[in-house]
Amino acid sequence: MQPSAPGHPRLTRSRTDRLVAGVAGGIAANTRLSPTLIRIIFVLLLPINGLGALLYAAFWAVLPAAPGEPARRSLLRLAPFLAAGLVLMVISTLLNNGGIGMTVGWLVALVAVGAGIIWHQSDPDRRQRWSDQSPSAPWLAALSDGDRRIYLLRFLAGGVLVAVGILGLVFLYSPVVEGVSWADMWRAVAFALVALAGVGLVAAPVLWRTLVALRTEREGRIREQERAELAAMVHDQVLHTLALIQRNAGDPAAVQRIARGQERSLRNWLYQPTGSPTEHFAAALQQAAAEVEDTYGIAVEAVVVGDRAVDDKVAAIVAAAREALVNAARHAQVKSVSLYAEAEPTMLSVFVRDRGKGFDPASVEERRHGVRGSIIGRMARHGGQAEIRSEIGEGTEVRLTMAVTSPREPKEEKA
Amino acid sequence: MSESGGRLRVFLVDDHGMFRAGVRAELGAHVDVVGEAATVAQAISMIGSVVPDVVLLDVHMPDGGGRAVLDAVRRAQPQVKFLALSVSDAAEDVIGLIRAGARGYVTKTISPEDLVDAIRRVADGDAVFSPRLAGFVLDAFAARPDAPVADPELDQLTNREREVLRLLARGYAYKEIAKELFISIKTVETHVSNVLRKLQMSNRYELSRWAADRRLV
Repeated sequence: MQPSAPGHPRLTRSRTDRLVAGVAGGIAANTRLSPTLIRIIFVLLLPINGLGALLYAAFWAVLPAAPGEPARRSLLRLAPFLAAGLVLMVISTLLNNGGIGMTVGWLVALVAVGAGIIWHQSDPDRRQRWSDQSPSAPWLAALSDGDRRIYLLRFLAGGVLVAVGILGLVFLYSPVVEGVSWADMWRAVAFALVALAGVGLVAAPVLWRTLVALRTEREGRIREQERAELAAMVHDQVLHTLALIQRNAGDPAAVQRIARGQERSLRNWLYQPTGSPTEHFAAALQQAAAEVEDTYGIAVEAVVVGDRAVDDKVAAIVAAAREALVNAARHAQVKSVSLYAEAEPTMLSVFVRDRGKGFDPASVEERRHGVRGSIIGRMARHGGQAEIRSEIGEGTEVRLTMAVTSPREPKEEKA
Repeated sequence: MSESGGRLRVFLVDDHGMFRAGVRAELGAHVDVVGEAATVAQAISMIGSVVPDVVLLDVHMPDGGGRAVLDAVRRAQPQVKFLALSVSDAAEDVIGLIRAGARGYVTKTISPEDLVDAIRRVADGDAVFSPRLAGFVLDAFAARPDAPVADPELDQLTNREREVLRLLARGYAYKEIAKELFISIKTVETHVSNVLRKLQMSNRYELSRWAADRRLV
């Protein structure tokens, strides 16, 4: 038993209890009868010149769909009714010996069902509902493409039903039922085609309108989603950062570190979708710079010109640059370090410069492992060069260069 | 230099009142802040009446942003110099403003001393390139062998200019660049001005499309 809505339940097509279009379910909900009973009645009415189908089609066309989520149709539940209807049909056909009235009823029902399908295809409500079912964007496009195909398919199916029905009627009432000539046949086909074109013409504006409505709605949804993403970004990160800054108001270093990190993340998000650090030279360097900023609380002013796919050599120069940044952060006693990198077709260069206290390279290089192993040694192993220039009081610059062959950038390959 | 005996007359255009107040406080001791505007229309009319030496111009504002102010004022008062001061890091914004005639670009995180220095240099007719701007320009002028070159003279940077830009991008001061390249500071300034001129006059059409292309690596 369906729980009926409070107040005056309107006669609608049910969305939850439906085998074909929800007509029986809707009537059952309204009349408080068993939906199965209603369905059986429809099936029993079938042999009377297809009255069951005709009625069903009429209800389908007239009744509005109930609000709510549509349920999946169950073919398994539909099958017994179909079978029963078929059996009834066969029996009645045998008994009636194919009476002409019966056939007419069937053909009219056929036309009605076809027209019904087309009618409901262009129902804006339905389109709306379909797109409502897909609130998340990634698969929206794919889904609605599929939608459109189904849409067209059903439209064609409806058209074919209408055509077949009309064709049948024409044959039936054609004066020469006995020997149908090819000319008659063609005339009938032409007639059907004209009828079909007429239906198409009537439905076309509605069809077009609904497609346009769907498109605008989809665009609106994408915009909405972007806004939501931005809002999430602001909520999750900026507000969090502001809260942290308030709590650390007494600690300027912490405030600076937090603000810098937030600025970087917002900036990346707004201006440069650079791609994955494991794939892009520029992104890898930016990431290294970000890590050093966060770990050592200094600012790294990074400027990267050009880009390149990451391979062993690129990874080596990025690692060496990171080490140079770490050294500057640890020893130079400065608040900011410059990182400049350029990816040319045959050459990668990275410069890490600070204006800190500097050191005497000749005295330090021999015993300091970080510089020898992580910068000079690493670069040498991969066929690159590292040069460290430092003067006491003037600051330090680490220059890394790596000759690269076979440029990976398609644009550069044309050179 | 400015006519009013040493102190430069500076105008602020920014839609954030807090930021204007901060800059005004920072600059007050060194230059005369003769006015400020929060909108494009306000900026255009006020700059027209006060005629400052240098306009500090925000890139992002409603109603067309700094670009609209630049375009309108330059037609009426070509002598007013513009220094773009922006929180934006988007290369197309920055390059767009420079191409429209701004004499330089600095980010809003710049220290007050550096900002005053940049204003002085712009007022003197010099170009002010932050390391980031130098990076953008190098990127924009990167050799594109397949690109049609409309004006070969303008559309290429000389090796020397490229070197100067690289050093700028590496965080070198003009003085240090001069020392590194064994040239005079004056020569460095000339190179930088030439780069700016090429950037503003270059009719290489894909310069404007470059920003869109640069994501395709």
